[in-house]
Amino acid sequence: MNLDFSPEDLAFRDEVRAFIAENYPAGLRDKQEEGEEMAKEDFLSWHRVLANKGWVAPAWPTQYGGPGWTSVQRYIWSEETARADCVPILPFGINMVGPVIYTFGTPEQKERFLPGTLSGDIWWSQGYSEPGAGSDLASLKTKAERFTGDDGKEYYLVNGQKTWTTMAQHGDWIFCLVRTDPNAKIQEGISFLLIDMKSPGVTVRPIITLGGEHEVNEVWFENVKVPVENRIYDENKGWTCAKFLLAHERSGIAGVARSKRGIERIRQIASTELSDDGDALIKDPMFKRKVAELEIDLTALEYTELRTLAGEAAGRGPGPESSVLKIKGTEIQQRLTELALEAAGHYGAPYFRGFPKDGDNAHPIGPEFAHRAAPTYFNVRKTSIYGGSNEIQRNIIAKMVLGL
Amino acid sequence: MDFNFTEEQSMVRDSVASFLQDKYDFDTRRKIVSSDAGWRADYWKAFAEELGILGASFSEELGGLGGGAIDNMIIMEEFGKALVIEPYLGTVVIGGGFMKHSGYAGAASVIEGIVGGSTTIAFAYAEPQARYTWQDLKTTAKKDGSGWVLNGHKAVVVGAPFATHLIVTARTGGAQRDAGGVGVFIIDKSLPGVVTRDYPTVDGNRASEVYFENVSIPAEALISESGLALVEQVMDEAIAAVGAEAVGVLRKLHDGTLDYAKQRKQFGTAIANFQVLQHRMVDMFIEVEQSVSMTYMATIKVGESAAERAKAVSAMKVRIGRACKFVGQSAIQIHGGMGMTDELAIGHYFKRATMIEGLFGSVDHHLKRYESLSFDAAA
Repeated sequence: MNLDFSPEDLAFRDEVRAFIAENYPAGLRDKQEEGEEMAKEDFLSWHRVLANKGWVAPAWPTQYGGPGWTSVQRYIWSEETARADCVPILPFGINMVGPVIYTFGTPEQKERFLPGTLSGDIWWSQGYSEPGAGSDLASLKTKAERFTGDDGKEYYLVNGQKTWTTMAQHGDWIFCLVRTDPNAKIQEGISFLLIDMKSPGVTVRPIITLGGEHEVNEVWFENVKVPVENRIYDENKGWTCAKFLLAHERSGIAGVARSKRGIERIRQIASTELSDDGDALIKDPMFKRKVAELEIDLTALEYTELRTLAGEAAGRGPGPESSVLKIKGTEIQQRLTELALEAAGHYGAPYFRGFPKDGDNAHPIGPEFAHRAAPTYFNVRKTSIYGGSNEIQRNIIAKMVLGL
Repeated sequence: MDFNFTEEQSMVRDSVASFLQDKYDFDTRRKIVSSDAGWRADYWKAFAEELGILGASFSEELGGLGGGAIDNMIIMEEFGKALVIEPYLGTVVIGGGFMKHSGYAGAASVIEGIVGGSTTIAFAYAEPQARYTWQDLKTTAKKDGSGWVLNGHKAVVVGAPFATHLIVTARTGGAQRDAGGVGVFIIDKSLPGVVTRDYPTVDGNRASEVYFENVSIPAEALISESGLALVEQVMDEAIAAVGAEAVGVLRKLHDGTLDYAKQRKQFGTAIANFQVLQHRMVDMFIEVEQSVSMTYMATIKVGESAAERAKAVSAMKVRIGRACKFVGQSAIQIHGGMGMTDELAIGHYFKRATMIEGLFGSVDHHLKRYESLSFDAAA
């Protein structure tokens, strides 16, 4: 048992800090501080800086373009990027489909898709959920029927609908679970398909969520022709890729470093906002108690994650225990947004989306942080729903860990 | 012991419910919320003339129909079920409350305007620094000849964009947080020097930041020169009414969730068949029922002594605040992704429930108030 970083790790931390300080895009920082919405290029600008440095995919093996970091270095990296409020690297390419491609793909597929995934030239969307297949993912109905084209080549004809597709409005490619054998048992007969979103027959429609955001979409496929060589792994064996991907999706979902930063932010807000007594809110015993409880729960989560990381370093892959990280991590993220809304008091009510910004500096409407408090609170309710709802995570623990 | 409603009260409920069912469905509300005006002035007129509900809670001597707090409770619950925007709380419950309890000389004519639908009122009490301490006032009212001059900034005045009049708290004397010197005024919103910055709220209403820049107001605007006790009484009645609104919202959240869980299928069965969700929906039901009970209790007790009233209302607001959080969050969770969409009504009830949590004092605020009334007073 030893919690100290080695001198090498400390040197690495300094190197990371210096790199972020020197290279984080200044325009992006301004946008974040003013709470402006992120455009596609904003996400990509930081992605490209890291891609050039070779740091964009911390967990990838070196042969595919990973930096070859140890699990401790990866942990330091996530701590430091959160500490510096860097925009997160979108997970769909780097954390999800990338590992599926280098684990299950053919040499041609690796060569074709991995470089663009690393560079950011391919913006990936995730085509998993369907209107009738949410928690019960395996009941998906989008079908892919094989046929021989006029050119003599093999294709799939894809028909169906995906939903909750995050940022698909920017998507270049979408990785989909599709049903290739309608007669097989429910989890057999599914294949993992990469689809060019510029193909004829692909339509993206926005879904507006509670905070007024356009973050998710419906993606419709109407007679979309997809070459068979875009299928990853064997036909009807896509569920293997799906499970592998879900395990990767869950690791890192704890969001410990970002929640730590979130607590710092709450403490800072509560030191300037006033309580009923006219003192700083952070001196209010009831508010302080809630922050303290959150910090303690976050510490418990952090050390649980560290134990998981140490296990991974010793060769035990992320197992069903990662469901614990997902449940506790998302609950903590949600409680953070509750505290911010509470701290906002009356100023949690004004709604600013589409409202003229800085229209009247002489008559400001509450503190900056309050403008986003309620929409963020509403938005973050999604975290206990997505990536396998927290009820599903508990089922996984009951079955896979406790053997019930 | 009787928790039944009188025939008159039941008639009020039925007529409001049937009006809203016809004219305030979710799509209509969506249009109202996104319209330039943000409310339906013609509906307000209908409340006054067709339904006659704007006078339901005033005594007959004051030109009303002879009802009181229970009528407000009934109407607010129905308004909660339809997420009604129109300013009943500010105008009738709060504006009317100040008129009933203050002995204000102009009360009869203000009430006449309220009952007839021509007067709409917003209560400008909150200040940026004050959180839920009503007497923490930087806004000042200084004597000027026979009248007063008003200066200051009021925060998040809900319903102000629809209001003809504002009721304003302002310091007439004493230090910023003193109990004495809390002046209460009713002013015409169009007076020179009243600057408003209007904006939408997250739950579909409209509010304003209100700035008073050397506003000269006449002597007749003064309701009370040192009226903290009056403010507390009216606030407590408003909180009881908000509790009733919350009950309407909570019932819809619970009913909507049950309906959804019965028809949404996953793993080959309706998700309502999963015990983990059944227990959650049972806990939601218990929260709703406790909220109904507490709202009845508080509404019955608003007429009692100040200490009894305050204790009852704060106890209610603690339960209501907790229920709004639990029932609202559970409704979204059980709806899954669909609960996150702007398209379904459920999310809009969740947003209103969330705003009610903090309205007129958070759970922590009312817990502390209850503690001090229940323990410190006895010690």
